[in-house]
Amino acid sequence: MKKDKPADKKEANPEMWELRLYVAGQTEKSVTAFANLKKLCEENLKGKYTIEIIDLQKHPELAKNDQIIAIPTLVRKLPEPLRKIIGDLSKTEKVLVSLDLKLLKEAW
Amino acid sequence: MQKKQVTPSKKNQESLTKTPTGIMGFDEITYGGLPNGRSALIIGGAGSGKTVFAMEFLARGATEFNEAGVFMSFEENEEDLAKNFNSLGFDIPGLIDKKMLVIDYIYLERKEIEEAGEFDLEGLFIRLKNAVNETGAKRVVLDSLEALFAGIENEGILRAELRRLFRWLKDNNLTAIITAEKGEESLTKYSLEEYLADCVIILDNRMNEQIATRRIRVLKYRGSMHGTNEYPFLINENGFSVIPITSTGLNHVVATEFVSTGIKKLDTMLNGKGYYKGSSILVTGTTGTGKTTFAAHFLESFCTKGKVCLLFSFEESPSQLIRNMRTVGIDLEPFVEKKLLFIHSTRPTFYGLEMHLVVMYDLINKIKPEAIVIDPISNLISAGTAPETSSMLTRMIDFLKQNHITSLFTVLKSSSISGENQAYVSSLMDTLIILKDVQSGTETRKFIQILKSRGMSHSNTVKNYSLTSKGLEIKG
Repeated sequence: MKKDKPADKKEANPEMWELRLYVAGQTEKSVTAFANLKKLCEENLKGKYTIEIIDLQKHPELAKNDQIIAIPTLVRKLPEPLRKIIGDLSKTEKVLVSLDLKLLKEAW
Repeated sequence: MQKKQVTPSKKNQESLTKTPTGIMGFDEITYGGLPNGRSALIIGGAGSGKTVFAMEFLARGATEFNEAGVFMSFEENEEDLAKNFNSLGFDIPGLIDKKMLVIDYIYLERKEIEEAGEFDLEGLFIRLKNAVNETGAKRVVLDSLEALFAGIENEGILRAELRRLFRWLKDNNLTAIITAEKGEESLTKYSLEEYLADCVIILDNRMNEQIATRRIRVLKYRGSMHGTNEYPFLINENGFSVIPITSTGLNHVVATEFVSTGIKKLDTMLNGKGYYKGSSILVTGTTGTGKTTFAAHFLESFCTKGKVCLLFSFEESPSQLIRNMRTVGIDLEPFVEKKLLFIHSTRPTFYGLEMHLVVMYDLINKIKPEAIVIDPISNLISAGTAPETSSMLTRMIDFLKQNHITSLFTVLKSSSISGENQAYVSSLMDTLIILKDVQSGTETRKFIQILKSRGMSHSNTVKNYSLTSKGLEIKG
């Protein structure tokens, strides 16, 4: 699970958003975070995103790659720069601003 | 100075199991090490040696006690840690390869992390658990938690999670070291002492009369007694050493063997045999009475028998000393070449007495000599900055006796050393010899006298001696 591998693959489509959600089992926070993320993507990035869920309970060794200590953590791999948002993503405004989606939306 | 030292009773020692750190001297002052299965808090300012202490705890755990360890670093990355500790003589990559050590560097940067909603630190837990499971670790270090406070905005969640983390460490019977920065108002910057109250250790590096001395103090140790003094320590190429190396006591086994003084006539004066092996000898005299020559005879007699000696010279450099001794017919150079004689020269003012003693302990442990000479000890005593001077010397002498090292100290009579200290030092010694210059007419005559020599009959007569090209010769 090297960091740059998926990035290479997606190079053909620079428009594509690559998101990664780190969870640890099916906890309430993780489920909420995924639901919030899904909703937010559908509303703002329909058809232009992928969400990869990494369950650290199953793959503890993957925590190191993206320097994960908090759960849940959302990592925006693409577009660059890399962004990290921790929490269940219930603060929608904050998530949108951190992902630069707020500005993007307004510009449209 | 000795009041605070309590002799450990057996009962107390048994009530709490301890994990030896292997750190020189530390296990002695805590009567066994850190509390087993608990977390100890190590507090200190920047550069006080927290990381060295923590890493040495793991490295020695792996190499000396066959216990694997996990180092969670929030400050230095794996490469930097490995580099720093290789220079202290630990093969960190080797230990990692053998699965005896895991270093996990946790990089946190608040700028790069946004917080949006509820979270926990399960990621940190998973990393720690994974590393512990991978190695079967018994020892854990978290260095230092300040970085977490700097990296995570929501302090409420962080504190709750830390509490959970410490509980987890305890439930899993892991002996842990948590390092923390010294605080201004509370003990630590983020009051971590509220969670970790089993064992609190303070490291400190402060200046005293322009001499920097590192000190360690066990502030708290629940359920165990511990030395409450501040103990000086040293970080050198072998890592951490705290004095005392051994606790003070008068329970050493005394030897009944004898060692030669190196001066035949003096052996005769001392029951025909010389000094007791492992005893301490003090030679006092005014300047020019041949104290160093006296000591050189002593060293020569050991070295010619193939025994290793250590000389601490506070007045002369090794080459100067060798040259000067040659003029009285004692050639020390071949012994130095054969690694039988080690000469350690430093200026007494180079650092404080505590540091000198730590350096001495360290060298003695490394070289394991059968005899040592401190020439002169008077300079050392005047380098003492703490009121504990005499108790430290006592510990040093006890340490030498316990190791059956015969030790000879010279004292310059008219030196700045106060009468009180001199009397104290004299009372610690087994044998006391006085060298004297006496003016008679145009001639200066030299006299030697054995003032005391414990446990043996000895000559009380004052004898005449002279310094010749064959050394110190006693007449009559």
